[in-house]
Amino acid sequence: MSADLPILSIVIWLPIIGGLLVLGSGDKAPNVSRWLALFVAVATFVLSILLWTGFDSSTAEMQFVEKAAWIPAYHINYHLGIDGISMPLILLTTFVTILVVIAGWEVIQYKPSSYMASFLIMEGVMVGVFAALDSMLFYVFWEAMLLPMFLIIGVWGGPNRVYATIKFFLYTFFGSVFMLVALIYLYFQSGSMGILDYHTLKLGMTEQILIFLAFFVAFAVKVPMFPVHTWLPDAHVEAPTGGSVILAAIMLKIGGYGFLRFSMPITPDASHQLDLFIITLSLIAVVYIGYVALVQSDMKKLIAYSSISHMGFVTLGFFIVFMIASNENAETGAILGMEGGMVQMISHGFISAAMFLCVGVLYDRMHSREISDYGGVVNVMPWFAAFMVFFAMANAGLPGTSGFVGEFMVILASFRANFWFAFLAAITLIIGAAYTLWMVKRVVFGDVTKESVAGLDDINAREALVLGSLAVMVLVLGLWPAPLIEVMDASIKNLVEHLAVTKL
Amino acid sequence: MQSILLTLVLAPLFGAVVAGLWRNQVGRSGAHWVTIIGVGISFVLSLYVLKLYVVDGQPIYNEAVYTWMVSDGLRFEIGFLIDNLTAMMMAVVTFVSLMVHIYTVGYMHDEDGYERFFSYIALFTFSMLMLVTANNFLQLFFGWEAVGLVSYLLIGFYFKKESAIFANMKAFLVNRVGDFGFILGIAAIAMYFNSLDYAEVFSKAGSMADTQIHIWGDTSWSLMTVICVLLFIGAMGKSAQMPLHIWLPDSMEGPTPISALIHAATMVTAGIFMVSRMSPLFELSETALSFVLIVGATTAFFTGLIGIVQNDIKRVVAYSTLSQLGYMIAALGASAYAAGLFHLMTHAFFKALLFLAAGSVIIGMHHDQDIRNMGGIRKYMKITWITSLLGTLALIGFPFFSGFFSKDAIIEAVGHADRFGAHYAHWLLVAGVFVTALYSFRLYFLVFEGKGPRDEHAKAHIHESPWVITVPLVLLAIPSVFIGWFTIGPMLFGDFFKGVLYVAPQNDVLSQLGAHFHGPLEFVKHGVQGLPFILAMSGLLVAFVLFLLKPKWAFDLRVRFDWLYTMLDKKYWMDEIFQTVFAKGSVLLGTVLWKGGDQFLIDGVAVNGSAHSVGALAGVMRRLQNGLLSTYAIVMIVGLLGLLGWFVFK
Repeated sequence: MSADLPILSIVIWLPIIGGLLVLGSGDKAPNVSRWLALFVAVATFVLSILLWTGFDSSTAEMQFVEKAAWIPAYHINYHLGIDGISMPLILLTTFVTILVVIAGWEVIQYKPSSYMASFLIMEGVMVGVFAALDSMLFYVFWEAMLLPMFLIIGVWGGPNRVYATIKFFLYTFFGSVFMLVALIYLYFQSGSMGILDYHTLKLGMTEQILIFLAFFVAFAVKVPMFPVHTWLPDAHVEAPTGGSVILAAIMLKIGGYGFLRFSMPITPDASHQLDLFIITLSLIAVVYIGYVALVQSDMKKLIAYSSISHMGFVTLGFFIVFMIASNENAETGAILGMEGGMVQMISHGFISAAMFLCVGVLYDRMHSREISDYGGVVNVMPWFAAFMVFFAMANAGLPGTSGFVGEFMVILASFRANFWFAFLAAITLIIGAAYTLWMVKRVVFGDVTKESVAGLDDINAREALVLGSLAVMVLVLGLWPAPLIEVMDASIKNLVEHLAVTKL
Repeated sequence: MQSILLTLVLAPLFGAVVAGLWRNQVGRSGAHWVTIIGVGISFVLSLYVLKLYVVDGQPIYNEAVYTWMVSDGLRFEIGFLIDNLTAMMMAVVTFVSLMVHIYTVGYMHDEDGYERFFSYIALFTFSMLMLVTANNFLQLFFGWEAVGLVSYLLIGFYFKKESAIFANMKAFLVNRVGDFGFILGIAAIAMYFNSLDYAEVFSKAGSMADTQIHIWGDTSWSLMTVICVLLFIGAMGKSAQMPLHIWLPDSMEGPTPISALIHAATMVTAGIFMVSRMSPLFELSETALSFVLIVGATTAFFTGLIGIVQNDIKRVVAYSTLSQLGYMIAALGASAYAAGLFHLMTHAFFKALLFLAAGSVIIGMHHDQDIRNMGGIRKYMKITWITSLLGTLALIGFPFFSGFFSKDAIIEAVGHADRFGAHYAHWLLVAGVFVTALYSFRLYFLVFEGKGPRDEHAKAHIHESPWVITVPLVLLAIPSVFIGWFTIGPMLFGDFFKGVLYVAPQNDVLSQLGAHFHGPLEFVKHGVQGLPFILAMSGLLVAFVLFLLKPKWAFDLRVRFDWLYTMLDKKYWMDEIFQTVFAKGSVLLGTVLWKGGDQFLIDGVAVNGSAHSVGALAGVMRRLQNGLLSTYAIVMIVGLLGLLGWFVFK
């Protein structure tokens, strides 16, 4: 393994430094900054592939580890490393960033260099979140993530962006304050800032519950889980397309990642104790939010609600492990549920990105997100319509697309926990198809009755490239999810075994 | 063998991809050639496989192609299971599909989206082949949903028509209600058998027969009943059984060739295929079989009744399809799986024929589909007329026609069944024979006999369709007439399905019938003495009197029994009920949850309530950000970078 080359550091810092260069290149020659940004994004992605090729999927140990003292007085280390849980998420991040850069190519005319720079910096910071193994480092990246996103929505957002950014900022900031308190408490208990040290730290039940709740607030807001989800539709509606893509495809996953890296392993007994609580919230997300999505008249809001509903599968898949383990009729299934949640995260990264990009394609042409302003788009944009129907089907969980895999695994697993969990989760088959296809019917199909629609041009090569590459990913993952499961298998197994041991 | 099977399955997919993605390059004729050749290859190979299995008696083939994934010890695979059942299904599917492909060249000749249409039907053929060749539940579900997708695309083929895009969404969603049950059934199997492989599940099924599970409180349920009912709910969606049948009549919005292929001959029979495949499971649950039997018989009779009052030529045939699917399902419920599959096969031929013939008439009538405007078409379209008549006779079960053998076998089998609901089912199926003859010959007389067509312009221009349309009609008419005679022996009473279908000895009604089976001729002789034959003939006669001889009587009857007519015309108000309760109800519920939950409770009370209390803070923040936003952020980032970067590069 190329242990000498600090790949993780490079994948974090290359886009950040590249972003600063892009920022410095200014807006006088926007094409220079665009190409520079694309070059940085592609280079980062190519380097991140080394993380996959060099990855040893037989072990749950952290790999590509880099560790050095950062602020020794407080035992804070610059400690990076990845396992099968974080590695796919990092690849998702580097992949989607390229698409965002391409998608914003001609569309962003206002301060394009700052726009590109924000996304590149965002990329580095998000990879940092996934790779950090020191809790302070994690926290720094976690908070740093807010700023570029805050700018993206605040500068390139829609008319009501001030409200949306403040809501977004307050929600996530509110959550992270609790997390900080929990991390400081853990530091005082263990004398270490290492996340992995916290995994083995003995904690009493009350401590665990309080820590769990503190983490829960932070991660539930990010996912987002019902009832702290209402910032998301507002943020999406105001965000520019690229912002929505990053928000839905990557940032939400950080909440799910947090549950796997912090909540569950650090406080397994509290997780066990409170699992029904989380499961209930997840199922509410799947069903309740599904119905709410049905009646949205704004495409972005609809997809935002759909995201919340899909993320419900992630938390459901994670937290059913305890009930499956205690069900004597089910031999296995805990790993299935967790891996299902992970696959759902990756898949949702592709599909939600694609759906938001589809809306972006329409928005760039019509400057409207209202479903009622469209109708009969297929008549003038046949290729776009093909993509949109394809991604809609993926969003509705059609087998053969990645959207099916995670949902299927989680439904199979939740049946082992309780018949009614599976029953409620499977309602997504109907309601998910209903809100997605109803939107498709009103936007894509039908005759052209509006003059504005009649003048639309089909997607250009740039847009086709972006949507096409996502379509390939959705299809590949749907037809052959084995490689993805393989890389995460050892880590998830290790986590499930860890959860079975009480810390009391 | 595997390469043969892969070619067989993938050839139509290749055609679909080429015709779909490179439609501009290959053009219209390229699109139909590439798909016809693809499906043609499949058909020839299917015949070869059929020969290998039926004539040469090749052993059952069961191999994985690749591993989809392995999670938690559960293997998910894509693979083929080839036995006589699969071989028969492949032959039927590819034959009908090939006929429809050729027919489409004529039928869609003047339509836009010609290439798209060929791409879709080839994709459908691929999906259906995946479904029937599956050796595990995962792939079954893949094929199951994929045919649903293509059905969705094809019903909405005329995407400018509001009715078409409503119908396709309705079809998809109603099917999803069925899939909801189906996926839970699969989840139950995955949990208790810890495998999704057919062979493994079936081999363990016996030991699970007495397993009880708790779903609600302390009432215990038989595991097999739960699994089979859940799976059957899936079949009810796909095979359009009451009350999930409402999507099928609307699916007639799609072009006629796909009504023949998807909504008559193949896709809608997937439920029958699936239940037959699962016979080792269904045989373990008497309750589930009774449920199947009752649902099937109810559908068979009550949807047939609706067919009598329909005036759209395609809708009459559609309701006929619903009714015939009900017959097949009822046969399964009586443990006469072979009879259900036998009817599936004969029905595939004659119903595809009837639909394609209807399409030929529709072209002749310049896309007028109202049978009241037709009449006397036999004079103008001779081949269409004769093949239609043959198809109609097969449908009503006229002696020696294929439908006679398959329908009579089902009625006999259900009559012999000894199971809760069997009596009810038997009488509905017998009465259904009269109904079938009545609506079939009403259609026939109104369209082909008598005077007409009503419109003089139409009359002047009506002529027989081109050979690409009539040749498939003739080729379909041949098996519609003869296939029953030649296959009843081996399929129903022989060992064609030996080792494929499992029937518990105490349920085996077909072997009871088989004891009295002495060749097809004796079967016919016995049949013509029975009540169903008399009912079929009286149905024909009544249709003759009411719709040809004395149309005024039909009108009088309609006035006299206005309540009945209204009830049938409104299709028992089931569309309205579903529309109100589920469609409007869901929208209402969504609105309430959104406005009441998200906006009022969460945002209004909880969030903005606290926001008001920290309003001062918000004000401060807003002032801080005002104009200084980017500076603030950049300072933060630079600070962060400085701190970290200094460390990294020191």
